[in-house]
Amino acid sequence: MRLHYDVSGGEFLRAGEASSSLKKVLKQLGVSSDVIRKIAIAMYEAEINMVIHANGGVVDVDIDSEAVRIKLEDTGPGIPDIALAMTEGYSTASDEVRDLGFGAGMGLPNMKKNADFLNVMSEVGKGTTVEIKVNL
Amino acid sequence: MTVSEAAAKLNLRPIAGSKGLETEINGVYLGDLLSWVMGRAKERNIWITIQGHVNVAAVALLTGVSCVIVAEGAEIGGELAAKADAEGIPLFASDMDVFTLVKLIVGLGIA
Ligand SMILES: Nc1ncnc2c1ncn2[C@@H]1O[C@H](COP(=O)(O)OP(=O)(O)OP(=O)(O)O)[C@@H](O)[C@H]1O
Ligand SMILES: [Mg+2]
Repeated sequence: MRLHYDVSGGEFLRAGEASSSLKKVLKQLGVSSDVIRKIAIAMYEAEINMVIHANGGVVDVDIDSEAVRIKLEDTGPGIPDIALAMTEGYSTASDEVRDLGFGAGMGLPNMKKNADFLNVMSEVGKGTTVEIKVNL
Repeated sequence: MTVSEAAAKLNLRPIAGSKGLETEINGVYLGDLLSWVMGRAKERNIWITIQGHVNVAAVALLTGVSCVIVAEGAEIGGELAAKADAEGIPLFASDMDVFTLVKLIVGLGIA
C-alpha cells in the first residue's frame, strides 16, 4: 500500500495530520500497537521538523507485509552538520517555536530510537530527505 | 480508574473530547517539551502540561495518552479544543499548579 501526504510549512494547526492519518490506517490494518507507536513517533518528529525548520514538504509511505517505509522530502535550508543535529538537546529552533514547546532537540534522537532504520540526507540550501523504516 | 472518575475527583473543568472519557488510566506523565513527551509518555497516561496550543492534540493522539490536563490556568486555544473533540481526546483545564495536581493524583492511587 502506498500513501502520499503534502505537509504545508508553518501551519501548526495541521502539523501532525499526516502522522495521525497513518496511525489510523495502520490500526485498521491490524498492526500491533507497539509498532504503531514507534512509527507514529518517528514520523511525527520528521513531519514536525519539516513544518518548523523547512517550510513543509512531501511524505511518501510504503507499507508491505514486512515493513513500513516512510520518506519525507523538503526543499528547506538543509542541515549543515547532520551528526550534530542528531545529538540530544541540539536545536536551532527560534524562541517563538520554543514557547510552543518545540526545540528540545529530541526529535531526531526520537526518530533514531524508534526507527529500525533511519537515514538523513541533506544539502545546505537544497533541502533534506529523511528515510524511516520500521519493521512489522 | 477511568478518565471521567479521575476528572470528577480532581475537580477538572472539561473542555473537549468527551468521547474518550471511559478510558482506563495507567499513570501520569508531566511535561511541556513536546518531543520529550512524544518520546516518554506512555499509552493511557494522564498528561499534565501548561501548553494549550493545537499541537498538544497531535502529541496526545500519537502517544495515545488517556487525557490531557492543561494546568496552572494556562490558556487553551480554540483550535486545540476543536481538535481534541474531533479526535476524542479528553481535554481538561485546571487552575491548580502541577505539584498540587500530582499530590491529589497520588492520593487517588493512580500513580
Ligand atoms: N527538515 C529539516 N530541515 C532543516 N533543518 C532541520 C530539519 N530537521 C532538523 N533540522 C535541524 O536539526 C536540529 C535538530 O532537530 P530535532 O528534531 O532533533 O530538534 P528540534 O526540532 O530543534 O527540537 P524538538 O524536535 O525537540 O522539538 C533542528 O533544530 C534543525 O536545526
Ligand atoms: Mg524536531
